[in-house]
Amino acid sequence: MSDAVILQAGPALDLPSLAVDVVNLAVQAGASDAEVVVREGDEFSVNVRMGQVETLKESGSRALGLRVYAGKRTASASTSDLTADGIRQVVEGAMALAKVTEEDPFVGLPERDEFGSIKDDLHLYYEDVYSLPGPERIDLARRTEAAALAADKRISNSDGGSFDAATGMKVLANSRGFVGSYRSSYAGVSAAPLAADENGHMQRDGWWSSARRMANLESPESVGAEAARRTIRRLGARRVSTQRVPIVFSPEAARSLIGSVFDAASGDAIWRHASFLAGKLGEQIGAPTLNIIDDNTMLLPTGVGGFGTSPFDGEGLPSRRTVLLENGVLRNYMLNTYAARKLGMKSTHNASRGLAGAPGIGPGNLYLEAGAQTPEQIIGEVKAGLYVTSLMGFGTNIVTGDYSRGAAGLWIENGEFTHAVEEITIAGNLGEMLKNIVAIGNDLVFRGSVASPTIRIDGMTIAGA
Amino acid sequence: MNLPETSPQQSHRRYFFEKFGITERLLERCLGEALSAGGDYADLYFESVTSTSLGVDEQIVKSASTGTSSGCGIRVLSGERTGYAYTDNLNSDRLLHAAKTAALIASGPAKQPIQGFTETRSGDLYPVPMGGFDLDLAARLELILRADKAARAFDNRIVQVRAGYSEELRRILVAGSDGSIASDTQPLCRLNVFVIAKDGQLTTKGSAGGGGRAGLEQFSGTKSPEHLAQEAARGAILQLGAVPAPAGEMQVVLGPGWPGILLHEAVGHGLEADFNRKGTSAFSGLVGRPVASPKVTVVDNGTMQGRRGSLNVDDEGSPTQETVLIENGVLKGYLTDKLSSRLMGTANTGSGRRESYHCIPMPRMTNTYMLAGEDDPEDILRSVKHGLYAVNFGGGSVDITNGKFVFSASEAYLIEDGKITAPVKDATLIGNGPEALKYVSMVGNDLKLDEGIGTCGKDGQSVPVGVGMPTIKLDRMTVGGTGR
Repeated sequence: MSDAVILQAGPALDLPSLAVDVVNLAVQAGASDAEVVVREGDEFSVNVRMGQVETLKESGSRALGLRVYAGKRTASASTSDLTADGIRQVVEGAMALAKVTEEDPFVGLPERDEFGSIKDDLHLYYEDVYSLPGPERIDLARRTEAAALAADKRISNSDGGSFDAATGMKVLANSRGFVGSYRSSYAGVSAAPLAADENGHMQRDGWWSSARRMANLESPESVGAEAARRTIRRLGARRVSTQRVPIVFSPEAARSLIGSVFDAASGDAIWRHASFLAGKLGEQIGAPTLNIIDDNTMLLPTGVGGFGTSPFDGEGLPSRRTVLLENGVLRNYMLNTYAARKLGMKSTHNASRGLAGAPGIGPGNLYLEAGAQTPEQIIGEVKAGLYVTSLMGFGTNIVTGDYSRGAAGLWIENGEFTHAVEEITIAGNLGEMLKNIVAIGNDLVFRGSVASPTIRIDGMTIAGA
Repeated sequence: MNLPETSPQQSHRRYFFEKFGITERLLERCLGEALSAGGDYADLYFESVTSTSLGVDEQIVKSASTGTSSGCGIRVLSGERTGYAYTDNLNSDRLLHAAKTAALIASGPAKQPIQGFTETRSGDLYPVPMGGFDLDLAARLELILRADKAARAFDNRIVQVRAGYSEELRRILVAGSDGSIASDTQPLCRLNVFVIAKDGQLTTKGSAGGGGRAGLEQFSGTKSPEHLAQEAARGAILQLGAVPAPAGEMQVVLGPGWPGILLHEAVGHGLEADFNRKGTSAFSGLVGRPVASPKVTVVDNGTMQGRRGSLNVDDEGSPTQETVLIENGVLKGYLTDKLSSRLMGTANTGSGRRESYHCIPMPRMTNTYMLAGEDDPEDILRSVKHGLYAVNFGGGSVDITNGKFVFSASEAYLIEDGKITAPVKDATLIGNGPEALKYVSMVGNDLKLDEGIGTCGKDGQSVPVGVGMPTIKLDRMTVGGTGR
């Protein structure tokens, strides 16, 4: 192959062909197998603060990553320089590094018959995220902030309203014949207003809407109003005493718990014994009402692809739906090819992919299935407890399951919210928390790729005053 | 630009001029284009980063990777407004296009940038350069292999060991419409060890790391592979015997060094000028007022030799400095960048940083630490009847607006009657930024900086930072455990 193909780097560069060319160059350079990732993306963002444009950003970039195999040894390299020179350096760099790594019997591309890509249209890409002229994009941000500022006279300041749009293309090609690519689009509006109480104590919160096409964005007015409501309800927050009470997690707070369950069931943590779920496959690890699913093929009710939907995973295996927890029983570890081989299993097609380095393991659309109760019913059943609206910090240890995080929210007394709460922690152990989920709401909404309805967990400790 | 041939700045700059064909004439044209619709100031930020990482896992050198990334970010400031565009292609057409895009933020008559450039003089805080593709991999491999061996040898309950080495060389060139030009070459490396310990059904983890803006010679003493490996292994073994952490408000003693993350979260972020300019920080308007005990003096210092958070110039091309944030308990000032110092009418502290050329710079910390006091650390511990002694932490975070911050202890012990007793499980500590340091009642004479592992995130941008602190005693702080 000549360099001529690569030298035509420009706006019309055919990225899948480029990826295949680089795979071939690596094989010519002596790689027994090779795999190339190419990313291209454009982004636009505008932030309007106190009615004035604060930042306006518009750009695009691309990059390429190469992973080479020399038998059971592997190495990788990446670059933002897609010229012939840049590509040559990537190939040389990866091949040179493959000489210093050592043989790992579990390493290697998936087998030829495993590759594939979902053929149906997953509705991931809508050009209309860039359809609005500049002034109208700015206006979306301005309206979102204005709605927040106008909602309540206690809204005293603002971090602004914003509109973002992005499109991207991902390409994956390897020496076992797989070539796949897909485009995706994103648009979002958000607002982050501040409120102050009579003593000058400030609070900030925010709200957002995101979508793959403009038609599915919530109105700037509704997003701004919701941001204001969430900020105002934090006013007058105080600490509560140290105690053990039921804790109701809002959908936003519960999402991170579901994410932690995925991390703990992730094959890399399992084969390293670095998870409290290691060795628990097939066992009852949560309440019998608990069903956690990872579905990388999902369409949202609008008919548009989910935020975690893709035709293939980071190794070129077709996306699929995997049950993580069924009626509280751990049904699957979440696996890429490497972790699957370490555990003597098959990949669940959950390989995630950066530009360089080994494939990781990540969720697509990950969610806890909805229950039957409304959030109001769940809150209404709590005599005294905490409704958590936000969590802070990194206090989740998936090795031991120990969980201790900063929290803010609303106090519940006889089923009603009484006052805002802040500067407390909530603590427990994930293994016990999963078993102590005593209520699951019917309010499952995908605002991002990980979603949960409202849940109630008993037996956790609040540390406060 | 009349610089002697030996000037380090000139050699940093030459890299961009020679490798990418940048010329002073092109810089001037781009700045002119950036100000073609008016604006107060424009700058060009060229960046070229090469990085290499190596990993040993299960006694096998499993991973090696290298990467390069180059590009330019172009910014136009107009009043409080910022226009920004970037390109990963450094040819003149693409640069001029990016300048035109950034110029969209302003709408007025064109301005002329100052013709000709004056080099910003700066420090010489780190050796230059380290490798590229041809670096000495064997010496780097040896570090991780030594760490692997030492961790395994520590205790037969250590069942998994991973050690990783990473380094990057970041070259920057910043040219401003005020005629300033600055350049720097910034090395950064880091060695990390992660272990898993297992005893029957019980499994725990431990980790340790160290690094900075220096060569391989830094990995000796407390940053030697053996010491870091033993620290990681010791932490994991200790956790095998840990009891539940207590819950509630109590006296807390923080050990020296990395626990300085308290300062980073409790006061550092809240003192970044962007939040204070907009009045969105819990510290807004508190300059000159007490925000800590009179025993507390906190500085942010970007000029320390070889440290992870240090920089000769910030990412706006301004020299870094030592900035006093809190002096004897009184709030002295904020960390500023070009935009905030101009709008607030204060000096620029050289705190404008960014993750990469994709990003708009913001006021950020460098190395943030509390000055030593006079107390003997032993006396500090002896003075506590019932409390927590925390010596190592995972991450932390803060809500700038209400001031609430958390940081998570990964190695802590109960203190009973002035004596360190049982190790406790991971627990998050929580407090209120403008109040927490008012409860500092003792400050040790043992100031220590961390080993060079900190990364700070803000608005999605990560930058390397350092922290430090002597042993201190806080008369009250909330500990988020599950025990009594």
